[in-house]
Amino acid sequence: MEAARDREEQHAGHGGEARAGTGRRIGVFICHCGSNIAGTVDVRRAAEAVRGLRGVVYATDYGYMCSDPGQALIRRAIAEQGLDGIVVAACSPSMHEATFRRTAEAAGLNPYRLEIANIREQCSWVHQEEREEATRKAIALIASLVEKVRGDDPLEPLGTPVTRRLLVVGGGIAGMTVALEVADAGHEVILVERGAQLGGRLSQIRETYAALSPLAAPLETLVERVREHPRIRVLLESEVESASGYVGSFTVTLRPALPAAALAGDRGESNQAIGGTQYEVGAIVVATGYELLPLSRLGEYGGGRVADVVDALEFERLLADGVLRRPSDGRVPRRVVFVQCAGSRDPEHGVPYCSKVCCLYTAKQALLYRQRVPDGEAIVFAIDVRTGGRRYEEFAQRAVEEGHVLYLRGKVAKLFRQGDRVIVWGVDTLAGRNVEVAADLVVLAAAVVPSAGAAELGRRLRATTDELGFFREAHPKLRPVESLTAGIFLAGAAQGPKDIAETVSQAGAAAAKVLGLFSRPELVQEPTVATVLEELCAGCGLCVSACPYEARSLNPRLRVAEVNAALCQGCGACVVACPNKACVVRNWRPEQTLAMVGAVLGETPYRSPDAGE
Amino acid sequence: MQNMEALPYFPGCTLKQRAAGLDRSARDVFSALGSPLAELPGWNCCGATFPLTVENLLDLTGPARILASARAEGTRLAVACAACYNVLRRTNHLLRTDADKREKVCLFIESEYDGDLEVVHLLELLHREIGYGHVRQALRRPLEGLRVAAYYGCLLLRPAVEVGFDDPEDPVLLDQLLAAAGAAPVSYPHRGECCGGYLAVRSEEAALEASKRVLTAVSAAGADVVVTSCPLCQYNLDRRQGIIARQEAGFRPVPVLYFTQLLGLALGADGEGYRLDEHYVDPRPLLRERGLADV
Repeated sequence: MEAARDREEQHAGHGGEARAGTGRRIGVFICHCGSNIAGTVDVRRAAEAVRGLRGVVYATDYGYMCSDPGQALIRRAIAEQGLDGIVVAACSPSMHEATFRRTAEAAGLNPYRLEIANIREQCSWVHQEEREEATRKAIALIASLVEKVRGDDPLEPLGTPVTRRLLVVGGGIAGMTVALEVADAGHEVILVERGAQLGGRLSQIRETYAALSPLAAPLETLVERVREHPRIRVLLESEVESASGYVGSFTVTLRPALPAAALAGDRGESNQAIGGTQYEVGAIVVATGYELLPLSRLGEYGGGRVADVVDALEFERLLADGVLRRPSDGRVPRRVVFVQCAGSRDPEHGVPYCSKVCCLYTAKQALLYRQRVPDGEAIVFAIDVRTGGRRYEEFAQRAVEEGHVLYLRGKVAKLFRQGDRVIVWGVDTLAGRNVEVAADLVVLAAAVVPSAGAAELGRRLRATTDELGFFREAHPKLRPVESLTAGIFLAGAAQGPKDIAETVSQAGAAAAKVLGLFSRPELVQEPTVATVLEELCAGCGLCVSACPYEARSLNPRLRVAEVNAALCQGCGACVVACPNKACVVRNWRPEQTLAMVGAVLGETPYRSPDAGE
Repeated sequence: MQNMEALPYFPGCTLKQRAAGLDRSARDVFSALGSPLAELPGWNCCGATFPLTVENLLDLTGPARILASARAEGTRLAVACAACYNVLRRTNHLLRTDADKREKVCLFIESEYDGDLEVVHLLELLHREIGYGHVRQALRRPLEGLRVAAYYGCLLLRPAVEVGFDDPEDPVLLDQLLAAAGAAPVSYPHRGECCGGYLAVRSEEAALEASKRVLTAVSAAGADVVVTSCPLCQYNLDRRQGIIARQEAGFRPVPVLYFTQLLGLALGADGEGYRLDEHYVDPRPLLRERGLADV
């Protein structure tokens, strides 16, 4: 049935009966925008001038067309004048096109027969010293949009169905939280995890700041709930091979995970021999987490080759043993140096950002060390200590007061092995002196970086990552859990360094977004997309390669191009590419465009053979 | 390795005076390996490190002129002195990446130059083109068992983005060359620490402190000899040992040689023109003892 409607509209797009008898009763509404427009453009004269245009039966001006009385004016004119097309001459369509189209719809007019002539940003604002020319330009712009409305078809929004199944990529705390929220709300979830078990980084951490609460038991409960959930399907040692489709209707191929070594080497290679399994999902949540900058990237700190120099996660493991022993000889370390910002906030290491969690976990680790080794000495080198967050500053203070942890403000320049100790060269910027410390163990708060393969996953999903490899959000303030691709959401450190509480919060927000999507009966989309005139299409495929949105394909049976309306953004690249003029964007037909150009140039409007006049 | 054309070579002022031993030995090494160095005609002073310490384009005209005239000779310019190398590499980087400054400088020196010359240090040439394997095969007197402290200093390594010579945190090129020549490089953490540089001009005490840290570590590591490619490092490390020996009872002086001096001798050169007698810590007893020189 949908196909039938589509075909009907294609015929309409071809310029057939649907348009005959319309476009003859057009109203023009010119907005003053206070003095923004009227201060430069002579709106009275413009209204007067456009009254004489072909098809225009009504033209008026008003102070603020977007105000309630302004909109009422439009509604009343539609009813009283029997208007079948409208041009609002006002600000940019990105401001109020939607507003006025709703107004038209409320008055019974098809909203796609309303167009905006932008006479503010593109006229009055840029020609403030030239009233005469600005007025002439405004009239030309309105005349051009009148020509467009004359050719506009009444369109209906497109509806696409929603597959109510979620794919979650990553089995850490973020991914598990999203999976449980969505599954508990009654939807199926596929949770794919590259590793051999669920739990992610949390399974490597024993106690958390700031309450020093143990994690193992609650994490185990969470993992059990995920594994036992009737609507969650956990796929371990698996990964995304490819994805296609669009919001509400993705097809993803999952395959057994390649070993980490292969991942680091030959990226993007798909292992055909193993083969993948396809799943249909309506939304995807990326929760791929983080890893620590490898010590091999920190040459000044020994590049990972100096014994008893470990990263913070390795130190968590040492803390987990009954007696805290250093790796080289199993002795209990009497003096431990903690180095914050190991790579972070250092553009030379490709990590210009703050890793955010290190200040607090270093305070935690130093405090735990002092509890394990009461006569031990803990020294922290920090550029500064950032403790934004509830009870975080108090916790860092506790490390100093209760744990007697010595904080030195400054960076560590270098460290190296000397005998059975590690010599640390640093600076104490408060005292203005270089410091040399002989330590038994050094803990590096290595920078938080995206998980290996994150950028490649981003390419496969068409969800972009930034220059650092973190997934990009649609808007940093207003849409922080949505990716730039509709239907793909973000949770946790895959988007940037976050602590556990922030990760869980964002996971909840991502789940809410997914549930919102799944609650809609169908997705509605703008109908101003490209169509194919099948009788003109030669099946050459030029439009397929021209399309930036992968919205085009060749029908192998009919040998003609097809448009996936859900992916099409109506950009018109296919129209330019098509040598047979078989590609048409609805309500942007070539004869419409030529008529618009003609109107701007003051020429006799282009008459298309089917224009009916 | 293929037999190459003579390599355009920039010696620099110091190598014509105090560091003549570096110049002479560098020529010996490359002749022995079949790629003789051909001195760039009509060269001028690179300005030492001063052109890069101020924001004044006029000071860049010296190194820019060298680069432009070397480009007329070929696509590469070989440099021995670490300071000249640093200045030329960084000036080249600037001219390559900053079109505005390049245009101004080129107008002033009245030459067309777009930064496409490759400035290479002799160590890079030995590593990348001649090959350490070939060096090993060409040895006449391997440095068997000689405990060498490879000293890189600052100028070869930093700033890494502009100079791009080796890993500034963990350089290996010089150590690997010496190992290929049969020597036993010693491990010590101060290989890239500053020797004091020009600091002596302002504070002899501060410069001494810097040199002392390096030399104490070298001495503690049991090195027989320190090897460098920088005339200033050579001077600082060599000259200050007398003072350190008077201050520290247990200090054991160590000769400081240019890497080309040691390599030249290993490749069979007779040390003529190496000016070994001008070093403050006399290297000759050690070299005679190891059968490397008769001087």
